Amino acid sequence: MAEAVQHVVEARWASVGRCSSVTGVAMGDEDLLQAAAAGDRRAFSELLELHYDRIFRFSFRLTGSREEAEDLTQDICLALPAKLKSFRGKARFTTWLYRVAMNAAHDRRRRAVSRTKAAEGWGDIEMSRRAEATDRAVDLDWLRRSMAVLPDDLRDTVALTIDGEMTHREAAEVLGISEGTVSWRLSEVRKRLRAMWQEETGR
Amino acid sequence: MTDPLDDLKRAFERSTPEPDTERRKANLARAQEVFDRVQGVDAEQRRTDDRTHTWAGIEQGVRHMLKALTSRPVLATAGVVAAVGLTVLLVTATRDETPRSSVVVADAGVAPAPVPETPAPPEREETDPGPPPSKVMAAADGDDPDEAGGSTVGGRVVDDEGEPVPGVSVTLSGASGERFGLTDNSGSYRFPDVAPGDYSVKVALEGMGEADAAVRAAAGDRRSVDFTLQAAIREETVTGMSPVTVTAEARAEDDWSALASRPGRTAAPPPAAEPPVVAESAVRESRMRVAAWSAAEPPPPEAVSPPVDVRIARPTRTEAFANEPASPVKVAGEEPVSTFSIDVDTASYSVVRSSLMNGYLPSPESVRIEELVNYFPYAYPAPGERGAPFRPTVTVSETPWNPDTLLMHIGIQGRQPEADDRPPVNLVFLIDTSGSMNQPNKLPLLVQSFRLMLGQLDRADEVAIVTYAGSAGLALDATASSDRGAILAALDRLRASGSTAGAAGVQLAYQTAAGMAADGEVTRVILATDGDFNVGISDPEELDDFIARQRDSGIYLSVLGFGRGNLDDATMQALAQSGNGQAAYIDTLSEAQKVLVDQLTGTLFPIADDVKIQVEFNPAAVAEYRLIGYETRSLRREDFNNDRVDAGEIGAGHSVTAIYEVTPAGSPAVLHDALRYADRVAEPPGAAGERRAGELAFLRLRYKEPGEDASRLIELPIVRDAGRGGSEQGFAAAIAGFGQLLRGSVYTGSWTFADAIALAEANTGDDRFGYRREAVTLMRLAESLFR
Repeated sequence: MAEAVQHVVEARWASVGRCSSVTGVAMGDEDLLQAAAAGDRRAFSELLELHYDRIFRFSFRLTGSREEAEDLTQDICLALPAKLKSFRGKARFTTWLYRVAMNAAHDRRRRAVSRTKAAEGWGDIEMSRRAEATDRAVDLDWLRRSMAVLPDDLRDTVALTIDGEMTHREAAEVLGISEGTVSWRLSEVRKRLRAMWQEETGR
Repeated sequence: MTDPLDDLKRAFERSTPEPDTERRKANLARAQEVFDRVQGVDAEQRRTDDRTHTWAGIEQGVRHMLKALTSRPVLATAGVVAAVGLTVLLVTATRDETPRSSVVVADAGVAPAPVPETPAPPEREETDPGPPPSKVMAAADGDDPDEAGGSTVGGRVVDDEGEPVPGVSVTLSGASGERFGLTDNSGSYRFPDVAPGDYSVKVALEGMGEADAAVRAAAGDRRSVDFTLQAAIREETVTGMSPVTVTAEARAEDDWSALASRPGRTAAPPPAAEPPVVAESAVRESRMRVAAWSAAEPPPPEAVSPPVDVRIARPTRTEAFANEPASPVKVAGEEPVSTFSIDVDTASYSVVRSSLMNGYLPSPESVRIEELVNYFPYAYPAPGERGAPFRPTVTVSETPWNPDTLLMHIGIQGRQPEADDRPPVNLVFLIDTSGSMNQPNKLPLLVQSFRLMLGQLDRADEVAIVTYAGSAGLALDATASSDRGAILAALDRLRASGSTAGAAGVQLAYQTAAGMAADGEVTRVILATDGDFNVGISDPEELDDFIARQRDSGIYLSVLGFGRGNLDDATMQALAQSGNGQAAYIDTLSEAQKVLVDQLTGTLFPIADDVKIQVEFNPAAVAEYRLIGYETRSLRREDFNNDRVDAGEIGAGHSVTAIYEVTPAGSPAVLHDALRYADRVAEPPGAAGERRAGELAFLRLRYKEPGEDASRLIELPIVRDAGRGGSEQGFAAAIAGFGQLLRGSVYTGSWTFADAIALAEANTGDDRFGYRREAVTLMRLAESLFR
């Protein structure tokens, strides 16, 4: 119990620290969310406006394809209004947001399997073989091959933590696992990526 | 060695694209709409205020009107009336601070003679009072604001233990139309400003059944109708009606004569306590906020212009189509294998037809080319009596729109079993009777369509009908198809009202179907809807999962779409795919004839499940290839051999067509330049290569016999001189080209609708039912609209 309280305090602290260092705008995310949950239309609109790009980037990290990311972003946007209620006011806004996003991504994955739609993106390596001669395409190709060797749970963990905005503890909260598991997963990611590169360069 | 995570991070920083601005805008707007909807419902469940409650009800009513408006360019008289009501509503919603006047105007929307120039009669405005007391008390103490205007109809809904039931959908229907509302936390509902006349009040809640009562409203009075809902659906009536309890406390002086036909059964529950004052002020505040928020935007100029503008300003935004970007041209040397699931759906063709017939080009994402092509029956060679239930025929001919490429045409013909050979079939019609189905091209067309179909059924076949609209009900228990009278009577009793709750209906339908199923019989649920499941964002997925699970029990699902305006094509597609069935869109009675009569056996009897196609191209002979259509059906290469991956079904007598445009090696049409650093993969290695040089590709087909778990494999090399196509292939090519033109494809070059028309006309073949001639007509329409 005491530990739980501690978590909350730290999460708040982290939130405040981040906000003051970046911009003042994000300061009121939690307040905006609470206002939105209470029915404030403008608050909801503002909140989504503020975080749309972040949702999209996260969607891209999860899917690896622009198209899929656009679709996932849409799913998330449309899911958010109904989920406002689930915000308890204790969590950091982004933790909550990423949890909603993650759930939407999982739903989408599940549906992709049940609908036998093409899983474009990270799962489909052949897609990326059509290389275009630009740096970005080369990067993307490399990214795709790297992300494709990771199973879903590792990929999710990377997507949450790679941009450095989330601590391992927050990522753990989103994923519903322990902080230790997040750290373990990331070391597993390192291991697998190293193995893949060695295999590639070794041949 | 560097940290792989750092490298990964940098790669992400460089590669993450920016979100598309158009999508961004659209997503934000749609999220806001959903927000409003969610909040609207919540408001009613959270607060005990009549106004918000009524307001949401009207909003819902307006949505129903909007649905009606989006469907046709030529409005019927009723449509004009509705449009006028809407126009006026927009004005008041943005300019007026009181929802009451909106209420008045919404009435105009359903009244026979609205006056567009007077959005809100001033005398009503003046009578707008302070906070209304709680409904039941209001009726009793006479302190009601509506004395000067129309009547008020309200009441309370309780369960059989006397507990209030919030969130019950309440429909007030009278000669002038319908109004919708929901009960609030105290189980109360209210419709103010009801014009004098006879009404029926209907309440419905998922899982609780539904009930209705008649009431007569006179000017200035208040009518109170209370309901007791019971959890069990009773058998005594068609729609699963529960007893109605009329409370004495709330009734006005002489109101109940009209209710004599439906006497109360139990003692009334005590009226709800007066809601706390806090609730009222909170609601007022929120109402003000809504008003202020609206006022912040200038009223749209369309709001005061003629109704036609309103209609155009609201295009088919509530329709959702499932589609993917067109498959790109692939380099055979780099990606030699193409894998996809077959698709026997035809819904897209009907959507395209309905758009063109109504005078506008279909939106590109509504065009799924393979569904256009597969709409038509083709006379491909039929399989023999034994062996695989279908037969592939492959031809290679010139591409109409590109002299330097070839069309590789794969036609699959399913076996047509003898008519008296077929197993008995159990059908559960799952019919959407929500208010939005209340249009001539929806429920009435549906009833007519099913009447047509009944004539095709055998003595051994059975039919049941389940309806869903707010609550799910068994309208007709399993009935032998020979008892046509009972089935027709049940169909005729169907009425559209209330909101849609698709999930509960689907469950009841499957439950009914499971009760009818027996060995050696085919059991199928046929879901007929205008596509709006209205169950929030997450529920379609749950529904999808539910249907996918049911698939394993051997019950198939077909989806028939009706009407336009809020057709949720994406959900229809997903459900039909998950349910191993087809999605068809019924826009006319002749389409019903095609799907439910001419091709009924194909619709009802699957002969092969999970049919997958894999084509491996020979890089020595094919430089590039492109699959036309099937974007939503593509599979991963490894899925081909994975029997757990679901795919499309072939029905009895169905034909399925897939067309590749291939660029032979060395053709001037090759789009991709050779890679400087890549090995020359196109070089065939040795004698084996020589031997196979004449092969363009290798075709693999996997399918399962219905009910089996393990798939079977058919393999077939495709050679350059496989035989040129005849009129069947020619017509399919014309349709494929037509579809590409509608999608704005980049691959058809200077080829035009006129070329498509010429090609189609030259290849109409036998065309016994006139489908192909109709397609030519549609092409002509498209040609003139395209200019």
